[in-house]
This record gives sequence, structure tokens and C-alpha cells, in this order.
Amino acid sequence: MIKLRLPGWARLPRQPMLRHLLFGALGALFFYLLSNSLSSFNNFQLGEVAVYAIAIAGLSVLTGVNGQISLGQGAFLAVGAYTIGELEVHQSINLVFQLLIAVAVSAAVGFIIAVPATRLRGPYLAGMTLLLALALPFLSDKYSSFFGGDQGLITLPPDAPGSIDPQKWLTWIQLLCALIVLVLLGNLLSSRFGRSFRAVRDNEVAASLAGVHVARTKVIAFVISAACAGLSGALLVLSTGVVNTGEFPLSLSIYILAGMVLGGAGTLTGAWWGAILVVYLPNQWSQSLANAFHANHLVGANLAVIVFGAVLIIVMLLAPAGVQGGLRWLGHRLVTVSTVTKLGSNISVALQDQPASKQDRGGPDSETAATSVD
Amino acid sequence: MSDASTGGLVLSDIEVAFGGLTALDHVSLSAGPGEVVGVIGPNGAGKTTLFNVICGFVRPDSGTISYAGHAMGRHQPHRLAKLGIARTLQGVGLVPGLSVVENVMLGAQRKVRSDFASALFGLARSSREESALRSQALELLGELGIAEHATKMPTALPYGVQKRVSLARALIAEPTLLLLDEPASGLSADDMAELGQLLRRLRERMGVLLVEHHMDLVMSTCDRIVVLNFGRVIASGVPESVRADPEVTRAYLGEEVRGADEGGTAGA
Repeated sequence: MIKLRLPGWARLPRQPMLRHLLFGALGALFFYLLSNSLSSFNNFQLGEVAVYAIAIAGLSVLTGVNGQISLGQGAFLAVGAYTIGELEVHQSINLVFQLLIAVAVSAAVGFIIAVPATRLRGPYLAGMTLLLALALPFLSDKYSSFFGGDQGLITLPPDAPGSIDPQKWLTWIQLLCALIVLVLLGNLLSSRFGRSFRAVRDNEVAASLAGVHVARTKVIAFVISAACAGLSGALLVLSTGVVNTGEFPLSLSIYILAGMVLGGAGTLTGAWWGAILVVYLPNQWSQSLANAFHANHLVGANLAVIVFGAVLIIVMLLAPAGVQGGLRWLGHRLVTVSTVTKLGSNISVALQDQPASKQDRGGPDSETAATSVD
Repeated sequence: MSDASTGGLVLSDIEVAFGGLTALDHVSLSAGPGEVVGVIGPNGAGKTTLFNVICGFVRPDSGTISYAGHAMGRHQPHRLAKLGIARTLQGVGLVPGLSVVENVMLGAQRKVRSDFASALFGLARSSREESALRSQALELLGELGIAEHATKMPTALPYGVQKRVSLARALIAEPTLLLLDEPASGLSADDMAELGQLLRRLRERMGVLLVEHHMDLVMSTCDRIVVLNFGRVIASGVPESVRADPEVTRAYLGEEVRGADEGGTAGA
């Protein structure tokens, strides 16, 4: 088997942190240029994409990597949002600390929920988390003096330094947070913790015999997803300016779950694709679809759910691993085809067994293996 | 030979019942360091239940287990690895979502020290440990002759290779006691001969407790053999004496011919 070797400077660094920082820096550059070319409203939406990407990435770790399903991420968004709302009402603290406190509080709430929740499996866990998302509004009604009742709490957008557009400044903050979260989650998934998450998802017995503390691993994954959701909620209400239960309906949790599946469960880059769908599909795209058919305004609003469901079905049929999985597959195809055409016949012969040995069907590798078995 | 007081695994008077069925009936057994002990018996004799009791998956109704002098009361499976006991599962029991080398690295859980923060922030401590672990896993795969499969996903590989991967995952923990649940099932004659050699080599480094159907392998590699039937120990001792025991012949060896046939067809 012939392996293509890139020159040293063109190869990605082997250390995970360096590699992820490189991706993060490239992402930052891209978003900086993008946000400068966008209008204020489009920047608002770009910020929302970043915010949902955080929640989706957290859920991707929980569901895609660790195999636990949650229908209640909206509840943790609300925890983060109310935390930052309370902090803004009662005192003025540096925004960085506010966000860190929001993360800490939602992680703590996540931990309290996780200890019983991670003992449940599949549909039972889904049911419990669903209940969480449903029960939350009652809590804020019950203690309306603290949570602000129907009116909710007011949040103020952070002050932009100098002459920078405040919306653009907020978008930058949201994007920066998303990139930091993705870099950190990337580090974690390429460490022994990521390995334990996957092992617990696939084979709990084997994982525990290898020495993995299954219950603790599940709790860690749950707390991570809750912390991400909390940060997402805190950043979300900075752009909406208000924290009330209307901001966190059950459909929010469902959208986050659908976005995670659509983007590609278990992939962090997929969180961006999922977030783009969550932001644009229910509002703009379904509205313009309704307009294209000259439908009533109300149809457009309700069309969102149908369109989302239809897209979900189509993506699952065409690319079961989500958008990111589909892109990866396409990338592999293109790379193989282009190298074959470039390198000529003698190498293309060698390459013929490359995809085969990957799946171990035919090819010299499996031949030797087959003889050793017989 | 086996001396209970010097450490190793000691089970005494273990009793397990599932409803009305007595799976293990006052079973006592020991496996000392550097000793290969075989557990044999017809299907349903309680061999796998015995392993599950040792691993903490099944709680005994009565009886005690100790390892290296420490009583193992209500232990949980993941504690076992910390004590230095590794187990392979019947079948293969690999993690399909991890590559071969990652599967092996998973087994080193007992040796990893890097904490959550250093993993999250990608600190050198975590990544150094990871790369050390990876090269150790690759080395082990090389020793078992399957290094070329390191980056492949396990489900696409031949059964014999998967078996070796699961063995490598147990060995990377550098256990002091290795529990092997039917390591030879489904293996070819060549693979089985290699397994026998490996087991004899491993004896220098660790004790081995082996549940196995293949009599040739058990007779040629084990220092001692314990025979179970209907949950009871009906014989134990060196291979020669077990082979000569009339009760064993009655309970087990009558089935051996059939067992050997099954092994032959599975390996082909």
C-alpha cells in the first residue's frame, strides 16, 4: 500500500492542542472577515449561529459521542440565561465573569440532574430530560418575583469599545466563545476522556472491564453538555435583551437535537452546519418558501416545523452521518479520484487496494489474514 | 504451587443462585501469581458465572473473594482493573467505534494519570501520556503480529485478529492476573498453537485464569485444572490427575469429542 506523504510544513501538527488552535485561528479569521462584510441584522444572525453551535456541540458530545439522548437542552440554556439575567439585574460584573458564572451554574445544575439521569437509558433518559424542559416555565411562574415572571429579566448588550458597531461586537464575542468551546471540546475528544466516552457508548461491559468508571463517564458527558447549553443560553439572551420562559420553548430543545443530528452527531464541525439550519431554516428559509407559493403569513410560521422534518428525513436518507459525515465521504471520494488521475497508472494499481484494505474486502491484507485463519 | 496466603486470587465457598437454579454451589478456587489455572466443564457448568462473580457483575449469595490479600466485597467491575486484574470477554467485546489501536489504549485506564483539565486544555501532560500510550499499544500489537491493522476499525477485521486485539487490550494494563474467557473459540489450529505459546510466555509476568473448551490447549498450558459440573467443583489438580479422574471422565470427557468437533468446524 502506498501512502501519500505531504512535506513537513504542509502536515497538520500532531499535538491536538496545536492542531485545534490552528483550526480555531483560521475560523476566527474567516468569521472576522465575514462579519465585517455583513449588515447589522445579518451579524445578529451570525451571532445566533455561533450561540446554537455551542449548544449543539455540547449535545453532540453527549449524544453522538457518549450515546445519551437529551430532549431537554433548552432547560440548561434557560439556566445559563437566567443566571446572566440575575447577574445583570443585581450587580454589574465583568462580562467574562458573568459568562463563567453562567457556565458554572448550569454545570452544577447539570450535575444534580445527571446523577439520577445517567442511570436511565435511551427512551427513559429522553423522557426525563423532556420533562425537565417542560417543567421549567412553572418554576419561573412560581417564583416570579425572583425570575421576573412573564416579563422576565432584562439583559443589556455589552459595551463596545470605540466606534465598533455594538451588534458586531456582540457577534464577535459570541463567535469567540463558540471557537473556544469547540477547541476545548476537540482537545477533550482526542484525549483519554473522548476514548472513554465512545467506549461507554458502544460497549459498557468492555469499558468497565478496561477500568472505565461508566457512571462517572456518563455524568461528565452530561455536565459538559449542560455547561455548553448554559453558555449558549447566556450568550443568546445578550442579543435578545430579555430573559423569559417564552425564549425557551420545548421546540428549542427539539431544534437543538435536530440540528445536532443534521449537522452530524459526534462531529464538532457538524455543529456549525446544524446551527446554520437551526437559525435559518425555521425563520427565513421557510418564510421565503411560503412567499414563493404566495401562502398566508401564518402558513410560513407553521411551515418551519414541516420543512425541518422534511430536511431531517432527506438528510438521514442521503447522509446518515449528517452534513459533516456527508462532506467527509465526499472529500474521501474526491481525494482518491484526484490522486489516481494525477499519479498515473503504476500508482493507481497500488491505490486500487487502498479503499479495499480499508474495509478489508479483498486486497493483499485480508488475503494473508484469511490464510492465517484457515 | 498455589499458596492462598501469598496473594493471588482466592475464592472460597462461593454460592450463586438464579431463582431456583444453583449456578455455583460452594465453589472454592485459587490462582496464584505466575500460575496458569484452567477452568473446564460442560456447557452450563457455571464457568462464565464464576468469571462474572470475580468481576463484580454478579454478586455471590455467600462466600468471599480476595485478591492479593485484599477482600473484594461489593466491588464494581471498573475497580478490578485498578487491582491489576484484566479480563477478556467471551466473543471479542471490542468497541466498534474505536480503531484497533484506540481499543488497545482503552485497556490502559489503570495507568493513565492525566486529569480532566489537562485533557480539556490539551496540556503537554495529557498529550505526552497519550503518545506514550499509543506507542506502547502499537508495540503490543506488533508483538501479537497484528501491527498492520492498528488504524483500522475492528468490526471489519477477521475474527482471529479481533481476538488478538482484545487480548492486547487486556495485556496493556500489565495485569497481575489475566482472566481469559474462551480465548481459543473460533480460532484456527495455527492461531491456537500460537495462543498456547503466548500463554506459557505470559506466565512469567502474570497469573492466568482460563475458561476454555479446547482440551488440548488446557492440558498443554495449565499448571492446574479445576473441573466444574452443575456449579460444583468435581475435581481439581494437575492435568494428569484430572485427566485420570473417573468422575471427570463421566461428567466431562464424554462431551469432549463433541466439543472438539465444534471447535474444528468453528475454526475452519
